[in-house]
Amino acid sequence: MTARLLAIVIIAATVALVAIGTIWPVKSAQAMAAYSPRFLRPSSSPEAAAQNLIEQIGRHDLHGAYDSLANKNEFTEPEFVRDIRGTYFSLRSYPTLDSFDLRPLHATADEAQIRAIMHWETVVGTFDDVRDLRVIKAAGKWQVAWPLVKEPRVPPQVIPVNYLRWDVIYRGPEDDWGAQDVESPHVRIVDMHPIDRGGGVVLLGELLNEDVVPAYVTVKASLLAANGSSLATEDAFDKISHILLPKQVTPFRIDFRGIRLSQVDSVRIQPASSLIAASADPVIEIQDQSLTPLPDPSLKGELINQSGQVVNIAHVLGTLYDNKGQLVWVSDSYLNRAVLPETPVPFTILIPADLSAKVSNFRVVTSTYSTSRFQ
Amino acid sequence: MRTRLICFFGLLCLASTYMLAAGGSLQVPARVEAGNPFSISTVGSGKAVLYIVGPQQVLRREIRLGDNVSFGSGDLHNAGVYVVVLAGSGVNETEQLEVVAERQPAKLSFLANPSRAPVDQRDGISGVAYVFDTFHNLILQPTAVEFRISEASGGTETRNESTHDGVAWVRMNSAPKSGAAQFAATAGSVTEKRVIEQVPGDPCHLRMSAQSSGQNIILQTDPVRDCSGNAVPDGTVVTFTETYNGKQSTVDVPLKRDVAKTELPAHEGAVISVATGVVMGNEIRLGGK
Repeated sequence: MTARLLAIVIIAATVALVAIGTIWPVKSAQAMAAYSPRFLRPSSSPEAAAQNLIEQIGRHDLHGAYDSLANKNEFTEPEFVRDIRGTYFSLRSYPTLDSFDLRPLHATADEAQIRAIMHWETVVGTFDDVRDLRVIKAAGKWQVAWPLVKEPRVPPQVIPVNYLRWDVIYRGPEDDWGAQDVESPHVRIVDMHPIDRGGGVVLLGELLNEDVVPAYVTVKASLLAANGSSLATEDAFDKISHILLPKQVTPFRIDFRGIRLSQVDSVRIQPASSLIAASADPVIEIQDQSLTPLPDPSLKGELINQSGQVVNIAHVLGTLYDNKGQLVWVSDSYLNRAVLPETPVPFTILIPADLSAKVSNFRVVTSTYSTSRFQ
Repeated sequence: MRTRLICFFGLLCLASTYMLAAGGSLQVPARVEAGNPFSISTVGSGKAVLYIVGPQQVLRREIRLGDNVSFGSGDLHNAGVYVVVLAGSGVNETEQLEVVAERQPAKLSFLANPSRAPVDQRDGISGVAYVFDTFHNLILQPTAVEFRISEASGGTETRNESTHDGVAWVRMNSAPKSGAAQFAATAGSVTEKRVIEQVPGDPCHLRMSAQSSGQNIILQTDPVRDCSGNAVPDGTVVTFTETYNGKQSTVDVPLKRDVAKTELPAHEGAVISVATGVVMGNEIRLGGK
């Protein structure tokens, strides 16, 4: 009798949970679930049409999304797919739509303008894709006219590149223990400045490769209390350019959460370097860098790839200084599109609003990833 | 009295037999060179087993007491102290045998540091040589080692040192000219070579010039050299920075054939500066002086 009652309770609870999960699915489950057109709302309003389209894009149902467009006669489905995912491998290739915002800009009986802000998640953080959608009413149904952004094409050509490349031959396991190995590059910290910020300590600094060979660098730091005990140990993770060519300087930022600067007596900082095969190519020009003041303080500019190689992922690091040349902040951003040769790609590095007034000078560096190698 | 004499001689014979059995039946050389042939002689009669136990090696021979036991070249090749045990019917004896490294060096382990040394640095290069015989035994007897640095330009510097407990070491100056130097250690007929890259110091007197090219300006440095006149290696990054109307453009250019060259958009009144590492170069103002 008790066993039967228990079975009935378990079955009832299972049915109830399945019903709750279906009616109010969690966001991650929605993303993982296979797309089914029957879950789409009827496009009875411009917002609903835009929402349906963005949800289809978020589920990577680009075929369905293209089919629902009002202006699909203006471009092909592959062009639409390239607009969303990029022509070349980049952060757009495998992102996950975290969320989106729809902001109505203008509306009439037959047409509406809606700004869609898609928040994409990638392995290195998030990026926003902002599109102003024109939504048109046709045959009693609202449809989105997609504002296609065509990626620039580089005309076929041969670009001679003869920059230096370094390869490294390390000692092998069969070598005698006395056999000479190649030495790690010499690197030096040329600036370091701890600040108290956001309920934690942030260590800002700059690292120089003073050797004549490329270096793969990391910076680890420990905060020490007055009695010499370690309060915390962290490293710069991606707030650094890990590959430094000879005489190149990278900023770094190390965040320690939950520690006050007043608790810290000293800092033990450990830069580490190892030899790495690297190439002096591609050379990236960073042009038109400028500071944007409040209310949206940022450092903006454009990257121009001066070489012939497609850069799939570019990481931009900004070092911000005050009028005395002291480090104020280190910030970064990733470009979500590939950087094609001789084609400017804009970037924006956000600056904390409370620090923007202090910033009077800056320096920007990039590190790039091209499908098979770091540079 | 006669009985007493018989007893005395009997005891003497027993004692002699015991003495022979206890220490006199095994004659081992005090010291042999690793890998060299040697022999151990025994006295007595009957069968016995001879063991030689030492570092990483054990030998066992069944012998007839009274024979000379010969060991060929290479039978004992690890230097160290061995224990020789003779065991058999009525015989149980141990002796020590010291095996020393050959005097003739056959191999060098040569540690040279650093692999890249700045030019013109006093005691900037160190070398440590460990001298071994054919069987990788460290030769502990003092052995002469010659250290020699040969510059690419032809100059050489030589230092002779003697090993202490198998090791010789030296500190030498790096040359004022950059380039790869051969660092060699020689002991007897054995030579080991290492390559020390003598690299230029920081760039000195970094200077660029500008040339107009339509909408752009071509920037090029003079050949970049250190303060001793050595060419800074290709691949060294030179940063050009153009500042104009509150904006800035930068480009990191690696040196190629001693110069860095790039193009930036020409902006009237822009100030262009050049730097490498922590070394600043000259400034150029476009449309001005």
